[in-house]
Amino acid sequence: MVRFENVGLRYGLGPEILRDLTFLIPAHSFQFLTGPSGAGKTSLLRLLFLSIRPTRGLVNLFGQDVSLLGKDQVANMRQKIGIVLQDFRLLDHMTTYENVALPFRVMGREESSYRREVIDLLKWVGLGERMDALPPILSGGEKQRAAIARAVISRPQLLLADEPTGSVDPTLGRRLLRLFIELNRLGTAVIIATHDITLMDQYEARRMVLHQGRLHIYE
Amino acid sequence: MGDEHGPLVDLGTERPQVPARARNMSPIVPRASISGRALVAVVAIMTFLASITTGTVLLVSASAAEWQSEVASEITMQVRPQAGRDLERDVIAAAEAMRTQPGIVQVKPFSKDESARLLEPWLGSGLSIEQLPVPRVVVARVQPGTTLDLAGLRRAVTQVAPSASVDDHRAWIERMRSMTGATVFAGIGILVLVIAATIISVSFATRGAMAANRPIVEVLHFVGAGDRYIANHFLRHFLRLGLEGGLIGGGAAMLGFGFSESIAAWFSGTPVGDQFAALLGTFSLPPSGYLALAVQAVAIAAITAWASRRTLFATLDDID
Repeated sequence: MVRFENVGLRYGLGPEILRDLTFLIPAHSFQFLTGPSGAGKTSLLRLLFLSIRPTRGLVNLFGQDVSLLGKDQVANMRQKIGIVLQDFRLLDHMTTYENVALPFRVMGREESSYRREVIDLLKWVGLGERMDALPPILSGGEKQRAAIARAVISRPQLLLADEPTGSVDPTLGRRLLRLFIELNRLGTAVIIATHDITLMDQYEARRMVLHQGRLHIYE
Repeated sequence: MGDEHGPLVDLGTERPQVPARARNMSPIVPRASISGRALVAVVAIMTFLASITTGTVLLVSASAAEWQSEVASEITMQVRPQAGRDLERDVIAAAEAMRTQPGIVQVKPFSKDESARLLEPWLGSGLSIEQLPVPRVVVARVQPGTTLDLAGLRRAVTQVAPSASVDDHRAWIERMRSMTGATVFAGIGILVLVIAATIISVSFATRGAMAANRPIVEVLHFVGAGDRYIANHFLRHFLRLGLEGGLIGGGAAMLGFGFSESIAAWFSGTPVGDQFAALLGTFSLPPSGYLALAVQAVAIAAITAWASRRTLFATLDDID
């Protein structure tokens, strides 16, 4: 599903922050991406989400060389990828329900066709009572759950999550991990970037460790 | 990953009641985030100026065409007094010579009294024209559509009255034609400037709106929206703003032209009013003129949308 070959990344004329990354992310796989702060986890997720292009090397996503993709093709490919960012990126003028339903809306689906699914998921992540609330009045944890719900609602083929349990208590953290596992069971490849050892210890999965710009994989 | 899957999470008995009616979804791009009032004002002013320019050009062209057709269907002959010749007899002979020319339908020699009346504004009343060497005027109407043999007419007239000269107003018509051409040219120049100013204003407004909504654009990119989808949501706002501005500016100009007849009537009798009446006739725009103004207002709204779309795509390229 994802293939990196000798991928390097630098910002501007700065030093190379990711070096010689070569790995595969198989379909239906589950992995944690970890490493110290500043190791380049977020940059790797951004590469996987096509929001930046590598300085060198080959990135192949869903069987396509990403360097050959046009803007429309990138947009189509992103519909197959869900992403949860540390800063949540919710739209403040839309309710929690509308934020979570946004991927379906962008796909052009009728509201009646996804309404039940969105409400069920909001209930599951504990936002059933906050469906009509606007993000500015949500707590950090609630925003995080809404961002996760938005990333998983369309059941993407690849889910990227950057510290998805950083703002929630351990009980809710476990519940969100169950959601990711459930999504993975339904066929989504999941990559969770985290420092949270407790979270990683809760589920036996492949670990990708970034250290000084290089990647070490522990199966 | 399609619709054939069951729900992602099974809540069992916890399943909430799904509202029967569809929710009123918020717009993707909030209307309030686009500072529309200033843009509507700019488009309205530009449309108003463009409409006034077009309307005035149409009025001047129509009046000029009317003058030209009037002047072109008339020729005048002057018979100057000459020592040793009877002016009265020369006028009658020349008028007769004119009448026999093909294409001339009516010949009207001005009598002594009529000539005196023509000179009254300059020389005052009670003038004895006998004491002055005043030339006499003969006006002839030409059948519309005929080409007059002016050289033949001149020959025939000078044979019977050597001091007679014929004027077909060609110089006047040429001057009028060049004046009309200059007015139309100036009008087109103003329209081009107005349209350029509109495009620049709209581009700035679009860029401002995009900068204010950058987080929305980024999130839309995250959830897989293409540039066309995003641009269309912004474009709706700009098209509406353009139409609003066009309607206000074009409507105000049309009302102005609608009332211009009344305004012209208030000023009639005053020197300014008379000048305008002489230049622009009744100052009333024909229905086709109003149609042209309406088309122009819609065109300016379309230009607003086009300029906005162009800027949107250029800006979207920079946001990811």
